[in-house]
Amino acid sequence: MSQARLIQLEADILGKNNGYAAANRARFAEAGILALNLVSSPGSGKTALLCRTLDMLAGEFPCAVVEGDQQTSADADRIRATGAPAIQINTGKGCHLDGHMVGHAVDHLHPADGSVLFIENVGNLVCPAAFDLGEAHKVAILSVTEGEDKPLKYPDMFAAADLVLINKTDLLPHLDFDVELAMANARRVNHRVRLLKVSARTGEGMQAWLDWVRGARLMALSGRPSQAAE
Amino acid sequence: MHEMAICENIRVLIEEQARTQHFSRVERVCLEIGALSGVEVEALRFGFDVVMRGSVAADARLDIVETAGTAWCLPCAVTVTIGRRYDPCPRCGSHQIQVTGGEEMKIRELEVT
Ligand SMILES: Nc1nc2c(ncn2[C@@H]2O[C@H](COP(=O)(O)OP(=O)(O)OP(=O)(O)O)[C@@H](O)[C@H]2O)c(=O)[nH]1
Ligand SMILES: [Mg+2]
Ligand SMILES: [Zn+2]
Ligand SMILES: [Zn+2]
Ligand SMILES: [Zn+2]
Repeated sequence: MSQARLIQLEADILGKNNGYAAANRARFAEAGILALNLVSSPGSGKTALLCRTLDMLAGEFPCAVVEGDQQTSADADRIRATGAPAIQINTGKGCHLDGHMVGHAVDHLHPADGSVLFIENVGNLVCPAAFDLGEAHKVAILSVTEGEDKPLKYPDMFAAADLVLINKTDLLPHLDFDVELAMANARRVNHRVRLLKVSARTGEGMQAWLDWVRGARLMALSGRPSQAAE
Repeated sequence: MHEMAICENIRVLIEEQARTQHFSRVERVCLEIGALSGVEVEALRFGFDVVMRGSVAADARLDIVETAGTAWCLPCAVTVTIGRRYDPCPRCGSHQIQVTGGEEMKIRELEVT
């Protein structure tokens, strides 16, 4: 029987993922690619919003999409129908994307320099908050058919998001969803968050969201390390 | 669900250590989990036993050190302790606070043979 010994590890449990995410981030920075990680509960309209976004941005600059889904490839097919390149990652029983998966997806996708890479995470407001993918921003989508209290129930996700899109606003006349309360709750967990109201169905509010994407893309382009050296 | 994913990551780290540090059995695992890490300690304990089955850490004792959530309150200009991320400042009630600690999730040490 060997002697028990103590190994002082002090290791970050998510350290491996953070390493992959950092590598992705460096790669995006070098290529001037804006990577956005779209997170929400299932069915809040991530794919619908992406399809409309891609239609509206067509021809302006290159876009590419990584689709995370537990089982199907239906979402990637919907994206490809807009003409944008898309790759599906099936996570199986895994309930979130991680930095390693996204790195491989980007190898296959080869997004052009200066493009916007949209990553649709698995519909889940819990673990995607903890798994960095190397994105510039997390964008949380909250649809008006969910509760106003979602930001308080899932504070980690709303605290990690730089932008919250309140989607399906076309349904507001039929619901008693209190948009102001939902926005106040999001600010409670994240006082720096930006909030925009959109409808992927009617297109209402989409311009403000596209302007936000354009602005973030310019930041990614001007922040390229090689540019700084010139 | 989330805690299972965290446990899978713990298992990978432990098995890597078993190879590099040459041990075949883990008697005790000590984790540090911050109050604001988003991890439910009870769910983590449950997931740990399930995920470690068949690994070098099967039947290992799990010790969890829970660290407090801390934040910097802008109006008060002091560090305060908070239990949850969206709690207001316990001194002034403001939500203008910036989390400064309690988000960690670490394996502190392993007792191995
Ligand atoms: N009325 C209305 N319906 C919408 C809107 N956006 C999405 N939907 C509908 O909501 C449902 C779910 O939309 P998806 O785009 O599949 O949602 P998702 O977030 O990608 O779903 P998962 O990938 O399964 O998590 C579909 O029936 C959409 O047509 C909107 O702005 N208004
Ligand atoms: Mg989808
Ligand atoms: Zn998960
Ligand atoms: Zn690999
Ligand atoms: Zn205060």
